Amino acid sequence: MKDIIILLFRSKRFIVGFVLFLGVLSFALIGPVVNPKNPFQMVGGLFSPPSDKFILGTDNLGRDVFTQLMYGTRTSLLIGCTAGVIATSIGVTIGSIAGYKGGIVEEILMGITNVFITIPSIVILILLSIAIKTRSAIVMGLVIGITAWPWTARAVRAQTSSLKTREHIDIARITGFSSLEMIIWEILPYMFSYIFMAFILQFSGGILNEATLSMLGLGPFQTVSLGVMLHWALLWEAVRTGAWWAFIPPVICLSMTTFSLMSMNSGMDEVFNPRLRRS
Amino acid sequence: MEKARDKELLRVENLTKIFGSGKSQVKAVDNVSFSIREGEIVTLLGESGSGKTTTARLILKLLPPTSGRIIFRDRDITHLSSRKELVNYWREVQAIFQDPFSSFNIFYSIRRVLNNAFRLVSDPISNEEKERIIRESLLNVGLNPDEVLNKRPYELSGGQKQRIMLARVLVIRPKLLIADEPTSMIDASSRAGILNLLLDLRKTYGMSIMFITHDIGLAYYTSDRLFIMNNGRIVESGDAEEIISNPKDPYTRKLLEDVPVIHRKWEL
Amino acid sequence: MGNLLTAVNLRAYYRTVQGEEIKAVDDVSIEVREGEVLGIAGESGCGKSTLASVLAFTVIPPLYVVSGEVRANGTNILALDRETLRREIKGKYISIVPQGAMNSLNPTLRIRNFVVDVLKEHFPEISKEEALQRARERFEALSLPPRILDAYPHQLSGGMKQRTVTVISTLLNPKVLIADEPTSALDVSSQKIVIKLLVELLRRQIIKSVVFITHELPLLRHFADRIAIMYAGKIVEVGPMEDIIFNPLHPYSKLLMSSVLVPEKGIKSKKIEAIPGVPPNLKNPPPGCRFHPRCPSYIEGVCNTAVPPLIEIKPNHKISCFLYGGKDGES
Repeated sequence: MKDIIILLFRSKRFIVGFVLFLGVLSFALIGPVVNPKNPFQMVGGLFSPPSDKFILGTDNLGRDVFTQLMYGTRTSLLIGCTAGVIATSIGVTIGSIAGYKGGIVEEILMGITNVFITIPSIVILILLSIAIKTRSAIVMGLVIGITAWPWTARAVRAQTSSLKTREHIDIARITGFSSLEMIIWEILPYMFSYIFMAFILQFSGGILNEATLSMLGLGPFQTVSLGVMLHWALLWEAVRTGAWWAFIPPVICLSMTTFSLMSMNSGMDEVFNPRLRRS
Repeated sequence: MEKARDKELLRVENLTKIFGSGKSQVKAVDNVSFSIREGEIVTLLGESGSGKTTTARLILKLLPPTSGRIIFRDRDITHLSSRKELVNYWREVQAIFQDPFSSFNIFYSIRRVLNNAFRLVSDPISNEEKERIIRESLLNVGLNPDEVLNKRPYELSGGQKQRIMLARVLVIRPKLLIADEPTSMIDASSRAGILNLLLDLRKTYGMSIMFITHDIGLAYYTSDRLFIMNNGRIVESGDAEEIISNPKDPYTRKLLEDVPVIHRKWEL
Repeated sequence: MGNLLTAVNLRAYYRTVQGEEIKAVDDVSIEVREGEVLGIAGESGCGKSTLASVLAFTVIPPLYVVSGEVRANGTNILALDRETLRREIKGKYISIVPQGAMNSLNPTLRIRNFVVDVLKEHFPEISKEEALQRARERFEALSLPPRILDAYPHQLSGGMKQRTVTVISTLLNPKVLIADEPTSALDVSSQKIVIKLLVELLRRQIIKSVVFITHELPLLRHFADRIAIMYAGKIVEVGPMEDIIFNPLHPYSKLLMSSVLVPEKGIKSKKIEAIPGVPPNLKNPPPGCRFHPRCPSYIEGVCNTAVPPLIEIKPNHKISCFLYGGKDGES
């Protein structure tokens, strides 16, 4: 474990991503603690540009954009994380059971997975979002997670199928391990790096999906997120009025977050898949 | 050599395993029948693709047969459904496999492999007793417990890993051990040690052993009886000494003609 | 009969990313004589395959030839430039059938395409028809069905593939053919056929000598003229086949032969001896004789202080062991 961490920190890509992500994280978590203002409070003029009083100016309703950015990033991260956890959990569960059991179980589970893959997730997301009465951040994360698991399931199934042929699996079986114990103790540890990477990708995808939904007006109620900020900017014509501070900062934040996660992922790929390492 | 007791331990009747279906189906094991007695050492001998490994996996219940029966200690165990029945079976029938490297989960220590073996032991055992048994088993296979227990598999050699697999067998004390090419991936210099340990299992514990191999010399050295497999079928079976000196089946004959021996030189 | 190849004090090491050296071939001197089959035997990791690569000039990083010479006709071939090596030596003077060669055939090409490539590489002027004709003639002369040329690799059995690869590597009539574990993955009958082919190639003088690398001593008994036993990167004993098989002298050779199991009368009553310990780490081999930590005849103060030189104790029989001399530089 220790050697893996040392190797990870030798990878430039990982370090860049990690540092950047830490930056975003502290902005989102520590910021509101240090600067506890209400993002919904109207404190200044409408669409006033950045000044000494408000670093990023105000939005269409006179609310502090900087404060919004802090709270918004926090919400987006929360939604992304929830989505990541849900998607990865469902994907790993379905994929590993399908891969280990094989036979009819595999056929059924993969059939369900393939159905989910072919339906465009954005459609499901929109339909679900409309159908659900309450849209808190967690619920959004759940909704996004429920549509994102298929490709994780597929990849995990493939890995499980090939790991199943190793002899320590046979030894565990003739020692009386149940299927569940086999999957958890004998197979999952070998996929840990893969699962972790899948989570990072799901996390990043979740943040983007939330932004998309929120921009369409299907975002969480009474919460500010990066997507919601963009939604307001669109709605209140920040672009036309030239109020760049209302939409450029959230875009930058979104990009930095997803970039840092992707960069970390790239670094991890180098470490976990040594074929890619340049000798 | 000690005369094997006559009591039958395992009997396989018309065992067949077919993979796939329709035109592309493969009959890996074709109507195979044989029996193993208590305290006997036999070898299922065949080249790759002969069906010997599949037969072993059927006996180990890692695979369900397509048809046929497997009878162990007078009980028909062909179709065992409950986990309890399977565990009872594995308490008496165990295996050691070919590749010492993939026989271990690299994430856990050696201690865990040996500890897990107690899952098959029925009576409750205290932790101190478990520890004692583990240490004794390791000593019996020529390993120092303090040197290996807390190590990870990749810190040990192939020969050491196979010995640990044997220590695991000693913890369980099955009546039948299936040894699938147990020394083919071990250095020649370490091979003898592993083989001698395996033969001792019969001498000391009366364990029956079924070797699965393509190595005729190994089969002849270790076994009382041989079952020669080709294309899923048993083409010849009988006393090892008898088959080697007087093979009847043409396949066996060709095998013995072509295997390099020391004293009779090939005519090339 | 002269020497076709003479290796003198060869050292070939693998260099790891961390800068360590794995001394795979460590001061090896051996000659390959015209007309003979030389068997090089040892366990996995003893350096025999590395030695084969050096002799065949297929050394690529992280393997480096650190010192030593390989002489042919008086010239040190290791000192030749890449181009001359490629044109004059590889395939023409020395050819190698590497380990796993039969599985490296391009699955999308018919055998004949492969053959034409090989011949055109060395005779650019040759036409495709001429090349195929040559190949066909050679196949027939060696009792291989010419239809193999039209087949794809997956259509051929293991034994066929290995014979095909062997014949193709001798199309240019190399003087020395090196075969690295050519029969390990084959069943017993295919194995015998491949060996018959090698003997036939030698008999017909298509090649002038064979170097056969293996870990199975009983195989060598049937067709090798001399056997060299390698351990931990060094040659510990080399002599006539009958001597090594029936009367090995080096403690390691003795132990190796005594652990051989063949289906012959008398084996059942034999108690095979285990060699305690494990082969040494080639990054930091033990001082002195590499085998001393496991040797039943170890002499304290002698075997662990100096490396025993390879000395000729009988005509044509060399051994590297202080039990047979070599102390204080005597030879």
